[in-house]
Amino acid sequence: MNIFSGETEVLAPLATGWFLENAWLIPVIPAIAFALIILIGKRLPMKGSELGVLSMFGSLVLSAGAGYQWIQRTNSATEEQFVAPVIKSWNWWQSGGFEFGIGQHIDGLSVLVLFVVAFISTLVQVYSLEYLRGDRRYTHFFAALTLFSGGMLAMVLADNTILFLLGWEIMGLCSFMLIGHWWEEDANSRAALKAFFTVRTGDMGLLVGISMLYFAANDWTQENLGLSGFSIRGISAWALSGEPNSTVIMIAAIALFIACIGKSGQFPLHTWLPDAMAGPTPVSSLLHSSTMVVAGVFLVARLYPVFYVGLDIPGGGGNLIVIIGGITIVISAALAFVQNDIKRVLAYSTVSQLGYMMLGLGAGAWLPAVFHIFTHAFFKACLFLGAGSISHSASHHSFDMKKDMGGLRKVMPITFVTWIVSTLALCGVFPFSGFFSKDEIIDNVGYNGYNTFMIIGLVGAFMTAAYMTRATYLTFFGEPRGASAGHADHGDAHASHDAHDNHDSHDNHDAHSASTPHESGLLITVPLMILAVLAMSSGFLNATPFGESWERMKLWVEPRPAEVIEETHSGGPGESLIINLPSSEEGAAKTVCGSAQPESGVCYAPKLKHAPFKWSKAMISMVIVFLGIAISWILSMLLFTKRDPRLVGLTQRVKVLGFGHKLLVNKYYLDDFYEKVIVRTVAYPISRAAYWFNQNILDGILHSFANNTRKISEWVYKNVDQRVVDGTVNNSATFTKSVGTAAQPSQSGKVSQYGALLFSAAAVAALVLVIINT
Amino acid sequence: MIAQNIGFWIIALMMIGAALRVVTTNNVVHAALWLVVVLSGAAGQYILLAAEFVAITQVLVYIGAVMVLFLFGTMLTRARIGAESDLNNSYKKLGIPVGLIMLVAMGLALTDSFGDERLPESATVVSTQEISDQIFGPYLLPFWALSFVLLAAVVGAIVLARKD
Amino acid sequence: MFVNQFLFLAAVLFCIGVYGVVARKNAVLMLMSIELILNSVNINLLTFALRNGSPDGHTFALYIIAVAAAEVGVGLGLVLLVYRNKKTISLDDLSEMRG
Repeated sequence: MNIFSGETEVLAPLATGWFLENAWLIPVIPAIAFALIILIGKRLPMKGSELGVLSMFGSLVLSAGAGYQWIQRTNSATEEQFVAPVIKSWNWWQSGGFEFGIGQHIDGLSVLVLFVVAFISTLVQVYSLEYLRGDRRYTHFFAALTLFSGGMLAMVLADNTILFLLGWEIMGLCSFMLIGHWWEEDANSRAALKAFFTVRTGDMGLLVGISMLYFAANDWTQENLGLSGFSIRGISAWALSGEPNSTVIMIAAIALFIACIGKSGQFPLHTWLPDAMAGPTPVSSLLHSSTMVVAGVFLVARLYPVFYVGLDIPGGGGNLIVIIGGITIVISAALAFVQNDIKRVLAYSTVSQLGYMMLGLGAGAWLPAVFHIFTHAFFKACLFLGAGSISHSASHHSFDMKKDMGGLRKVMPITFVTWIVSTLALCGVFPFSGFFSKDEIIDNVGYNGYNTFMIIGLVGAFMTAAYMTRATYLTFFGEPRGASAGHADHGDAHASHDAHDNHDSHDNHDAHSASTPHESGLLITVPLMILAVLAMSSGFLNATPFGESWERMKLWVEPRPAEVIEETHSGGPGESLIINLPSSEEGAAKTVCGSAQPESGVCYAPKLKHAPFKWSKAMISMVIVFLGIAISWILSMLLFTKRDPRLVGLTQRVKVLGFGHKLLVNKYYLDDFYEKVIVRTVAYPISRAAYWFNQNILDGILHSFANNTRKISEWVYKNVDQRVVDGTVNNSATFTKSVGTAAQPSQSGKVSQYGALLFSAAAVAALVLVIINT
Repeated sequence: MIAQNIGFWIIALMMIGAALRVVTTNNVVHAALWLVVVLSGAAGQYILLAAEFVAITQVLVYIGAVMVLFLFGTMLTRARIGAESDLNNSYKKLGIPVGLIMLVAMGLALTDSFGDERLPESATVVSTQEISDQIFGPYLLPFWALSFVLLAAVVGAIVLARKD
Repeated sequence: MFVNQFLFLAAVLFCIGVYGVVARKNAVLMLMSIELILNSVNINLLTFALRNGSPDGHTFALYIIAVAAAEVGVGLGLVLLVYRNKKTISLDDLSEMRG
């Protein structure tokens, strides 16, 4: 091919089409639908839900069209040619010299995620028609659900980080509304707040990262590409140009990754995700399969060059992303073992799978990780909706596997089969979709030199198989228990269950809850079946075991790392002439874009390695997965059905196991850590300092020196002797109380005092700064 | 230049004296009237700084509208028209050192940064057109935001002050 | 004219305003002190506008005047409400925030 002949060549324009050029309509439709539902939804025959479903269906059609035309576009390019994303941008607003754009950035990644999001959203909305029928806030639920999808879609096709942030925050807000949908229950509104605040903690990182990237990249992008420092394309090119200061880009990457930790429920901010199960099941399904939690992974995938360069991903060995991803995989999989709530098992499973995606991205396995987003969306949505189906029709809105489930395979055949298919996909059993993505991640992680993390991935695969088997066994096998056995102990069930989904008080499910377990209606089972079929088959879109020709995703989605010279004055994004420059194959392995720095053009994507598929490696992970299933099956049978005396109460008898169990049940005490230690260590010294300031400085000016001495000695006695020496023994209750008492005097409630303290602190600080600087 | 300097010092001393009276007088209405002096002085300084449009706005908005608001506020809260004894609170003693420390800090910073730098001698008055070009050009967004602030303030003030 | 003579005037006004905010008990008087602070900021902005020869400072001075007007409107609304409920506008008597 003469691409490699060393001459520049003008290639034929890439194919484009209406759907690609107008992809920006995809999030606009749900946004309009949201407004309509809010305004006129209640007056419509189906209370506004039809608008939601229709808008999602419209988005689905448009994204499918865009996907089809994107495939044509990639096919119209030659093998090594850079497929230019379809970018359109408009000037949104400008202020004091800053310009903020709005627009679309359509490439393989965004087309893929757009399609997945629109698809899952459509199914979830159809499912919700039945699941939430008769709910008090039916219209508002659909409004929030629609806006949520709109936010995610906008984020996915954003061409700049500002629009990205907008979509990201819309999602955050809507997730708050959806998780707290049944806010009459105290636990639900607390879960919503927890999710919101935890994610917001991470969001600060996003703001910091975006601003840092803007100020670092803007000059370069304006000069070389005529783009602002917010544009995703500009940032990608800048990151790979060899220009950026390594410290700056590292800090920016870390800041962005903190946002991903919050959003994608990575360790240590994963604690919100299981609590978020308090929302209605369709919400859990949507949030935790394909949208909200994937946003963090998507951010890493989208600004991959920043992370690639900033965190030195090609270096191998270990970096922040793989470490966090690896920890997350193992700890959340371990947590899934001790959950009795079926949705919490799935939630921890989601956290663990997100860990896989992060691990893959962090180790340079970009494509398998993105492919895992794709496959995971189908099987996890199916599992969540299956759990909802069980609770809806069989277990009186309970999600407790130990109390109210068991033996359901006979009464709910469709739910059972779809569940099994998705479980096998999640475990990564060979012909199902999870195998092709998860195994690829593990394989590539090892291939790229992250050997430790490959082992962690395998351990995670074992654990995944084991806890899913446990959950399956408890739900579908054994003897029916509690509600699923038809016991009408409804009031009792209410009292003993978690707050989740016992929304009988809100809607008219009462007639229905007295009946015996049965299969759910068509509006629920049809989405389940569709998802199950996809969980089975979607893996074949990138079936590496069958050779090159099966790797469609690689062809369609992975950006090609070629150097590109842009003609900034071209007619339009689709028609721009792409001049492809030679890239030396020798240097390709060790550098980002095929050469140390792009010499005569810019480069938008790093050059990534792909592990060649080997059946031997796949067999190892298969064996591990089957071992996990078998061991867990046998143990479950012994423990839950046969009540084997050697296993029952084992955690009470063996101290080590008991300790581990307690640690897991208490979620590693992370929640306690956040609430008791972090919040207090922040609050305690401040209130103490204020108290001290109040007592010793303010009063001290007026009071005598002797008085002060007495106070200081008292303080020493009280704090050092009593509190530090004895305080180690005392429990945290007195600790809290002393904090409160200590802080009380500074909280006099007088505005003037607050103002005086504020201004004096500011004055002293200003003086110190001035003296230091002059 | 000399005339301007003399003008500056007269107005400046007047402003400082009036400002001190605003924060020390024992009569709320007197304080409001002293504030008028400070605000008019500020308008004079704006003219010296070649900012006639801002100066006019200052007169219209501050001396015209804000002062009337203050006087109405005084009236509606039935403050005594005569002198009152307890207008200051117990943090008065803290206020003096705080103010002095701030003044010292700013003074140090200012002498250090600007020393004896002079303003340009031939300053042309910034025309209203230039300002409007700024407001409706690059600073349009803050202008919009400000419109919302004003709207919210109007609604908020009505809601707060309503009888029910 | 020196740059500093205006900046010092602004600094003095600012400090007087701060003193007023800290020392005054009457809510209306405290609002007046805040006006002093806002005006000193405006003097600064206009001084720098003249020094740098750009009209940006004028724009922001105008914005500050508008914000100050809004602030006084809301502030006096609050004072009225407080007066109606408490029959006093002495800030020392308002200690609901007491912890």
